[in-house]
Amino acid sequence: MKRKVWNPYLAGALVGVLLVLSVLVAGKFLGASTTFARGASVIEKAAGIDPAQFEYFTTKKGKYGPGSLPNWQLMLVLGIILGAFISSKWSGDFRIQAVPDMWRQRFGGNPVTRAVVAFIGGVILLFGARLAGGCPSGHGLSGLAQLAVSGFIAMAFFFIGGAIAAKFLYRQRGK
Amino acid sequence: MSLIYGFATGIIFGFLLQKGQVLRYDKQVGALRLLDMTIVKFMFTAIVVGAAGLYLFKDLGLIKLHLKATSIGAQIVGGSLFGIGWGLLGYCPGTAGGALGEGRIDGFWGMLGMLGGGALYAAVYPFMKANIISIGKLGKISVPALLGVNHWIVIIGFAILTLLLFGYFEKKKL
Repeated sequence: MKRKVWNPYLAGALVGVLLVLSVLVAGKFLGASTTFARGASVIEKAAGIDPAQFEYFTTKKGKYGPGSLPNWQLMLVLGIILGAFISSKWSGDFRIQAVPDMWRQRFGGNPVTRAVVAFIGGVILLFGARLAGGCPSGHGLSGLAQLAVSGFIAMAFFFIGGAIAAKFLYRQRGK
Repeated sequence: MSLIYGFATGIIFGFLLQKGQVLRYDKQVGALRLLDMTIVKFMFTAIVVGAAGLYLFKDLGLIKLHLKATSIGAQIVGGSLFGIGWGLLGYCPGTAGGALGEGRIDGFWGMLGMLGGGALYAAVYPFMKANIISIGKLGKISVPALLGVNHWIVIIGFAILTLLLFGYFEKKKL
């Protein structure tokens, strides 16, 4: 249990078991991206912007509106933060790091540059996830495990889009 | 009770993601650059185990599936946009929080961006619904239903393809 790294096949298989147990016990499939859209509606409301002016926050009986929080998935996302913290602290793997190693080698160690690109990436990624109807947890893991057609298409394009972006960012200089 | 289940499930999920090293930027972008397939090994093992378990309990009448509706337009355009953002951030919505949990500050900036992306999507949703989500709507359909075959044939076929893929990764030390 204290080993820093588990075999990815073992850790992945246990996540498969976790998904099945969650559906069996709580009737809930793993997913994450909707929480950020719901979070945006809560922030808009707190800032005095009426979320109800946007159809998205009132559609499906307010499924994505400010009244939908707190809910199961928000607690899942918060739980992931704590679970990763416990695991990394326990095995001595926890490390405060503003710039990932691979990024540093290519673009240098400026934390502001990294923060700006991470923020922009987050904006585009969540916009895409809400349009697609899910992220690698909802469409990828839960969708593919249910053999959903939507999951296969979405997951394929997650990788295609990501591979193109990564190819562009890490292209050889001078080419 | 639902909130407690969510939190407990999240803690276990976060623990396993951290142990599998799936939360690292270097692993996620490493997979997109086809250099390190750790996250693909993790994810596809979870999918095969999950598929076998979910369909077993569905056949026993103990659970109901919850398929997301297929819209070819939404999943191609949205999926591609997601991918581009994923390549820039290096974390997905589930793993950005986990990355923050193991001390990676850029996960936090990504999560702030995601809140902005949610607001932006809500603002243009009517346009997307009329022009993109409307393309190629097939409803809540699974691959076995589309092909008209038993779901276990698809699960076994998927498992064999996954094993062949894993064999290739191990041979190439990816």
